[in-house]
Amino acid sequence: MTGLNRRNLLASGAAALGGAGVGWGTRGLRGDHDGNGTNSASGTEPASTEPAADVVTGGDTIDFHGVHQAGIDTAAQAHLSLVGLDLLEGGGGEELGRMMRLLSDDASRFTSGRGALADTEPELAESPARLTVTFGFGPRVLRMLRPAYDPGLQELPAFPLDRLDPAWGQTDVVLQVCTDDPMTLSHVRRMLLKDAAPFATVRWVQDGFRRARGTEAAGTTMRNLMGQVDGTVNLPADDHADLLWSTGRASGFDGGTFMVVRRIEMDLVDWDRTDRVAREFSVGRKLADGAPLTGSAEHDEPDFEAVDAVGFPVIDPASHVARMRSADPAERFLRRGYNYTTPDGGAGLVFLAFAADVDRQFVPVQQRMDELDLLNEWVTTIGSAVYAVPPACVEGDFVGREMLGLPSPTTSGGDA
Amino acid sequence: MKLNQTPTLRARTALVGGAAAVALLLSACGSDSSDDATGSSADASDTSDATDGTDAEAAALSVTDPWIKATDDDMTAMFGTIVNDTDADITVVGASSDAAGTVELHEVVTGDGGAMVMQPKEGGFTVPAGGTHELEAGGDHVMLMDLTGPLEAGQDVTVTLELADGSTQDVTAVVKPFTGADEEYAGGMDMGDEDMEHGDTDHGDHGDHDDMDHGDHSEDQ
Repeated sequence: MTGLNRRNLLASGAAALGGAGVGWGTRGLRGDHDGNGTNSASGTEPASTEPAADVVTGGDTIDFHGVHQAGIDTAAQAHLSLVGLDLLEGGGGEELGRMMRLLSDDASRFTSGRGALADTEPELAESPARLTVTFGFGPRVLRMLRPAYDPGLQELPAFPLDRLDPAWGQTDVVLQVCTDDPMTLSHVRRMLLKDAAPFATVRWVQDGFRRARGTEAAGTTMRNLMGQVDGTVNLPADDHADLLWSTGRASGFDGGTFMVVRRIEMDLVDWDRTDRVAREFSVGRKLADGAPLTGSAEHDEPDFEAVDAVGFPVIDPASHVARMRSADPAERFLRRGYNYTTPDGGAGLVFLAFAADVDRQFVPVQQRMDELDLLNEWVTTIGSAVYAVPPACVEGDFVGREMLGLPSPTTSGGDA
Repeated sequence: MKLNQTPTLRARTALVGGAAAVALLLSACGSDSSDDATGSSADASDTSDATDGTDAEAAALSVTDPWIKATDDDMTAMFGTIVNDTDADITVVGASSDAAGTVELHEVVTGDGGAMVMQPKEGGFTVPAGGTHELEAGGDHVMLMDLTGPLEAGQDVTVTLELADGSTQDVTAVVKPFTGADEEYAGGMDMGDEDMEHGDTDHGDHGDHDDMDHGDHSEDQ
């Protein structure tokens, strides 16, 4: 089959190429909830054909409580289960509060390696493996419960290239469950959904994965299922607070953030027909190591002025790396995506972005991609949602209580 | 004959091995107490804070992780771990709650025909000095009957434990969705006409579950 070479691309022009998922990226930040440091064997030990039987990481924990919810600036775990819940008709703040009380208590116990209260299989919770459970709330919930409250949550504008399926659309509540262990993930999700069942229905579950823990050195930029190094440019770990965490915007929301979920489908059938040169051209980076076409290492700065022997830019202005580049340092956000596959051979990326101001930081980037990006030939966004992610709760409280304007749980007795 | 330690693990093992052994263990527990374990009506004596015991025994008794099975039927149960921090045994002899017309201390035993059934526990729950007593599905539990309304997931319910020395201890339990703990009440369907307080329909439901859930245990013997 014809390889899509760079001349073809140039000739066919940008018109055929629209925009979709912004996100080529997802290296987890190291931050408050970093969990990498505990395993000395993360890729730094000599290769061996023997399994490292002495390295057991299932006991590693990440605190559920704190200033920010865990699972945001936590170095990305190997597995994701993202669950979109819709509150039952007639349910209001009282019901949501009771649900969040149960789910927060579950998360608090699970993340410390204990079974939930009334856990039917507590043994399955004994290895949290850096488990995090992160809660977010959709625009309808805030409109319903606190119409005058404005932490900055609003639906994303329409992007013309999106092909949105409501089955993957906006929900009232999102649960982001991440851990390095799929057994733990399965049990935690099951128990959370048992406790959510009296209050909400599941609209979708988006499972995703990265490399297994220990397969690569911690901090290695992940690859997506198109084979690209995905996430080289991300919020820097040491300079991201103002871009990640909300401050002074709304009461009860300091230390919160917003989550953008984009389900990005990849056309691997057509990608298979695309030769390596065209693949690299579309992104502007080398497949081998993610280096810009003008550089030699992943983190080299792309040189957009460089031209080849016949005067064409080495990095095409329509390439992904060129289109995503912004002179505005505020147009950045934390990317934390996961790969997915479907039973029918489909593949894609559960693109997750966190930003203190979605309109300011994310939307302009997505609009640029929607207008023009060679990568759009192969990627299409089929699901989209945005959530307010409140700060963490203190022990005994539940996530979102202050933001949702709900009363404190009456935990006057026992240890419940 | 009082056991020194709540036989949680042994009871679990016995459940697998056979229902008869369970009944033996459970009935042995606290059986030397002369106190009546059958229910007491909801009263106004409960205090609002679980840390408020009314007497010396109560002050040293607590319940870790108390929870109640959500239901819109007229009966349910509370579970948790009763902890006795004193150097003397403490016996829980009764309980009450504003949420229930009747509260009883129950055990689970093998009923006629081999099915597991629950019944009031003679002598109540004795919590050994410095020890614990498990309240769990399939074992001892605090039974709440004639509920005054549905118990909904995530709400709190206060249950007042009455101790042998006459003191009381409030426990605030959270209501959890749970589909287990469907043992048949021996005072219910099996005793049909004698059951004046509880709806036969509800108990019939419990009985159905019971036959499904516990038939295997008796066959294991």
